[in-house]
Amino acid sequence: MASALINVPASAKRGDIIEIKTLMSHIMETGYRRTAAGELIPRDIITSFACRYNGVEIFRADLFPAIAANPFITFFTVATETGQFDFEWIGDQGFSETASASITVE
Amino acid sequence: MRFFRTMAFAGLMIAAGNAALPVSAAEIAAAERRSGYSFMTPDTGKIQDDDTANPGMLWVLDGEALWNSKAGASGKACADCHNDARTSMKGVAAGYPAFDKTLRRPVDLEQRINLCRTQYQGATPLAYESHDLLALSVFVARQSRGLAITTGADPQLEPSVTRGRDLFMRRQGQLNLGCANCHDDNWDKHLAGSAITQAHPTGYPLYRLEWQSLGSLQRRMRACMTGIRAQAYDYGAPELVELELYLMSRARGMPIETPAVRP
Repeated sequence: MASALINVPASAKRGDIIEIKTLMSHIMETGYRRTAAGELIPRDIITSFACRYNGVEIFRADLFPAIAANPFITFFTVATETGQFDFEWIGDQGFSETASASITVE
Repeated sequence: MRFFRTMAFAGLMIAAGNAALPVSAAEIAAAERRSGYSFMTPDTGKIQDDDTANPGMLWVLDGEALWNSKAGASGKACADCHNDARTSMKGVAAGYPAFDKTLRRPVDLEQRINLCRTQYQGATPLAYESHDLLALSVFVARQSRGLAITTGADPQLEPSVTRGRDLFMRRQGQLNLGCANCHDDNWDKHLAGSAITQAHPTGYPLYRLEWQSLGSLQRRMRACMTGIRAQAYDYGAPELVELELYLMSRARGMPIETPAVRP
């Protein structure tokens, strides 16, 4: 049951610097750990995260095995126009999740 | 390093005049009680306080979905009997473990959920620490956030609370430590760089950064027992439930923080 928590302000003034917070549910298995029987647990991590603001990419991050489970990514942007933020997480073993949030800019 | 510090700590305890086996515990006065929240850094506190940063909320969301989804032979969801958890489950977790009239013993929240599944939903019980059981129990406990713990008020629980207290006070394991050695007598000190807390279970199930996951109070207690090199009781063992019961009744009146975040 993958799920995301997104925190984007519902409204902002034009030109305001706003903080966007995202939390994605994921185990982030490093690929370095072994089971009690000595077998390597295959790597299963999110490899990339991107955010688009009305279709334009404003933030992108590559993720690596050292990042803890349930990655929490926050960043800032300037509120320019009313519209939608689209978030996308892509990872190992076909992991692909999206979420979106809208903002009203006055 | 951790090993040597632990050994030094154990040696210190023995040197402090605890050669006699019973723990000389001075229980914590009500006014001095502190949640584990106050022992951690403000940064960790901020993760707990912000519902969009608190990873425990991911389990709460899943728990809400499970609450409303049908399970077992009865084809009933939790919500079909209990309706909206926001009203029906408010304050419920603050009173657990509670006395079960049929079993004639205390059951904790996880066991109550599984009893409900087997008796009323005709479903199989969920395994301890499984994602679904943690999700359901944290969703139920979340409805009590901010409410005072009421566990232990039921007089039928008295013998169980006493047994839990005895276990808390009893020295055990290769390091020959009782829970009270740390959590009653040395809660203002550190053990291997980590704060020793007062062991008030105000935020369970909680998200531990060390676990990178949500976990139950039983998981925490079992880890403590392994830490003093005692044989940990199995999940669901009556002894663990009695210890949970004692800890919760010891924290009676303190507000529930579920889902808490701890280092």
